[in-house]
Amino acid sequence: MARAVSRNTRIGWTIAAWFVALLIFFPILYAIITSFKSEQEAIAGFDLIPSFTLESYREVQSQYNYFRPFMNSVIIAVGSTVLALLVAIPAAWAMAFSPTKRTKDILMWMLSTKMMPAVAVLVPIYLIFLRTGLLDTRTGLVIVLMLMNLPIVVWMLYTYFREIPGEILEAARMDGATLGQEIMHVLAPMAVPGIASTLLLNIILAWNEAFWTIQLTTTNAAPLSAFIASFSSPQGLFWAKLSAASTLAIAPILIMGWFSQKQLVRGLTFGAVK
Amino acid sequence: MSYLKRALLGASALTVMGIAAQAETLTIATVNNGDMIRMQKMTAPFTEANPDITLEWVTLEENILRERVTTDIATKGGQYDVLTIGTYEVPIWAKQDWLVPLNDLPAEYDAADLLPSISAALSVDNTLYAVPFYGESAMVMYRKDLAEAAGVTIPDSPTWTDIKTAAEKMTNKDGEVYGICLRGKPGWGENMAFLTAMANSYGGRWFDMDWKPQFDSPEWSEALNDYLALMTNYGPPGASSNGFNENLSLFQQGKCGIWIDATVAASFVTDPANSTVTDMVGFAQFPNKEGVDNHGNWLWAWSLAIPASSDAPDAAKKFVAWATSKDYTAQVAATDGWRSAPPGTRTSLYENAEYQAAAPFAAMTLTSMNAANTTKSSVQDIPYSGGQFVAIPEFQGIGTAVGQQFSAALAGQMSAADALAGAQANTTREMTRAGYIK
Amino acid sequence: MATRQTQSLARLMRAPAIVLLLIWMIVPLAMTLYYSFLNYNLLNPANTSWAGFFNYQYFYTDPAFWESIWNTLVLVVGVLAITVVGGILIAMLIDKPIFGQGIVRILVISPFFVMPPVAALIWKNMIMHPSYGVFADIAKFFGAQPVDWFAQYPLFSIILIVAWQWLPFATLILLTSLQSLDGEQMEAAEMDGAPALQRFIYLTLPHMARAITVVILIQTIFLLGVYAEILVTTNGGPGNASTNLTYLIYRAARLNFDIGGAAAGGIIAVVLANICAIFLMRAVGKNLD
Repeated sequence: MARAVSRNTRIGWTIAAWFVALLIFFPILYAIITSFKSEQEAIAGFDLIPSFTLESYREVQSQYNYFRPFMNSVIIAVGSTVLALLVAIPAAWAMAFSPTKRTKDILMWMLSTKMMPAVAVLVPIYLIFLRTGLLDTRTGLVIVLMLMNLPIVVWMLYTYFREIPGEILEAARMDGATLGQEIMHVLAPMAVPGIASTLLLNIILAWNEAFWTIQLTTTNAAPLSAFIASFSSPQGLFWAKLSAASTLAIAPILIMGWFSQKQLVRGLTFGAVK
Repeated sequence: MSYLKRALLGASALTVMGIAAQAETLTIATVNNGDMIRMQKMTAPFTEANPDITLEWVTLEENILRERVTTDIATKGGQYDVLTIGTYEVPIWAKQDWLVPLNDLPAEYDAADLLPSISAALSVDNTLYAVPFYGESAMVMYRKDLAEAAGVTIPDSPTWTDIKTAAEKMTNKDGEVYGICLRGKPGWGENMAFLTAMANSYGGRWFDMDWKPQFDSPEWSEALNDYLALMTNYGPPGASSNGFNENLSLFQQGKCGIWIDATVAASFVTDPANSTVTDMVGFAQFPNKEGVDNHGNWLWAWSLAIPASSDAPDAAKKFVAWATSKDYTAQVAATDGWRSAPPGTRTSLYENAEYQAAAPFAAMTLTSMNAANTTKSSVQDIPYSGGQFVAIPEFQGIGTAVGQQFSAALAGQMSAADALAGAQANTTREMTRAGYIK
Repeated sequence: MATRQTQSLARLMRAPAIVLLLIWMIVPLAMTLYYSFLNYNLLNPANTSWAGFFNYQYFYTDPAFWESIWNTLVLVVGVLAITVVGGILIAMLIDKPIFGQGIVRILVISPFFVMPPVAALIWKNMIMHPSYGVFADIAKFFGAQPVDWFAQYPLFSIILIVAWQWLPFATLILLTSLQSLDGEQMEAAEMDGAPALQRFIYLTLPHMARAITVVILIQTIFLLGVYAEILVTTNGGPGNASTNLTYLIYRAARLNFDIGGAAAGGIIAVVLANICAIFLMRAVGKNLD
């Protein structure tokens, strides 16, 4: 923003932007506020100031130990993303730097694999998992979520790698750099932001997955999506409790998202910027 | 590929070892209703008496639980050792040999003490396949103070005309008091549970002896039209999204004159911690139409069953016998008071003077439960069993689809005649496909 | 430059991803195709038999089928319209010099981090509930009758919730694109006296075309599969007013436990989604090169 802007204009834009931002954030904020209310307050009408009771959190924790699903969510989200990156980085690299005529088609085909409604293939997958002993294991969920997000990972990385100018590679090669050096010193620094934001986006997608993670787990591998499913629609309207459980389920990823907002934004272009 | 294969094999080897090492871990699937949550917290006596058994809980919301458990049991997945299921699933699953028979429970369990209607609903060919954790029928709950102020009385066994008159008199929309609150949220276990019971009490039935749907019958038409009229004239706004929870909350806040729903609600509406109308609630039997000797025949019990695929059936038997025993009831009474004892399963509870004193709704609950006949829920001949549902596997889907039509009628988006015609067409289609209608 | 050696190396690097996805696509697809020709109900496995094309015919003649296709289209287009238009406006707004830009951005992208079932639960219970929701409180404050959103405007309510979840994604991508806009060109246009609206139409919008394409493409893939929000809020009703194709399949698979029917529905959905994708690529694909 090189141009000088009058103070009044700036204040005007600030008010407008804050208004919109708070409007968008409001549902989350209200859920967090409600989690600190008592059950009676929660359905007593609009009120932004709770009584700051921790009763709901205590209830939630006594009913379902938060730590286990939390750890499962972390392991599954991070594990599936890292695995996906290991497979996708070479593939995207090859597609970006040695493209063939079919590269575009392959990318589109990869994306199209995401169009099969998961629920239609549940029973076949459940049977496969049963036979291979993968039911209710973190390994099983890591594999499924890895495969589910692989197309997006490849595509994001591809569009990002493609922006890296090929001439730099050639120059490095002229200077007699080996392939290893080429990757370590020339490419890695340029690729890291793209990889980082791909990593973040996919952790978010894996964390928020709520079909396979519920259907393929019972106790050992059940992540936070199952945690939430144990608090929705019980007998009676326990909204404070539900809000507390919701807050616990989204807080880790929300905080991670806030902290890594800059990295996320930098690479989240899907090749949208030319 | 070989890595993947090895990983898969490794993972499965680990699972096998896991099972071998902890043969006595029971995985228990439960719904997240208050009584079941309480049970999770009260297992100390059981685990102390059985130190070799570890309990693992899977608590899920009712619909997700049903999906998960059904997939697992139908594929013989063996993920669970104890299932929480209802009177709807038990006969269907027992016929598939998916459940372990429970007719060999120890003598001190006293299976003869179970309420006859419940015991019948959980048995196939006189063999018990599940034991009841808590049971319910349906009854009328109403505000005695409002009825008195309006100058109406609701008899112990009211007719639908009595209900209509009372609802009309009690309604005061400006004061946010609605004469009647009924379920409107679509679902086979939501509005259709109520409407099926209501149609029963009008002399209606779901199917004739050739499994032909009966939504084109005068009984269904009358029942649905009366329901819509009651709700439109005297019901709360937004009733088409009200289920059990929403109505409970409305009643607890004093916004309903009459609420007709499951008998378990009685302990919630008289609970001083959550209800503002504790001392003003009267109870009456589920209404019937004049001249029809039928009070809906609503009967449900959340019950514990053991899947045939369980690898620890003996430990599981010990557990289900403990969780539904008289001792457990006494334990709840000692910790949380008699009013919180799991209702609707044992005759001895209703003979207990302390319970009768603590639970003003005990007598009417027992009357309602004893009146429920799930083997013949309609005054006409029927080919199915079940009270507020039809005990065939297809009912979940059909009931929910029909519930959607009736909910849309309540929301004012279609006429009662169109909803009935839609229900008739849809059900005929499904029943033909399932092979009932030749 | 591309020697044979690098060619084969590239092939080797591509292979794992392609092979894995091929398996992930073919195995379930083949099994689904197989099941779609069976009369197979999970609750009655003994009665399994060959069905021919009956499941397809049955799914296709479902009274809710055409309505569900229409609802799917309305849902996708509705959410895309809200997120693209809203995304452009918000991106332009938070690109302005404002105080607390970082915090504003964090607040705006937050909905993206919320699990779909949680988002649906929050909106259903705390925002749009006809008795206890914030919207109802606002209506009461102005003395109006609260709207029963999920009964009266079911599809709109779901579009609103889904759009809320995807707005951050659109905003982020459009914002990145906006930031790469050539400032000098913009200033030159401003000097020439081009009004703001014209600058937007002739400079900003063409520049963002590529980003808009990406938003539409990625979101369409995810929006075609929306079901959790419907399951939590309306269960597809009232009637079939908010049943989309994925939810219809969900209903067959998880309520009726009709595996054959759900498989047939799945195949139909895949075919339709791919037709849709081809049209989409024809229409906007050139923007991607």
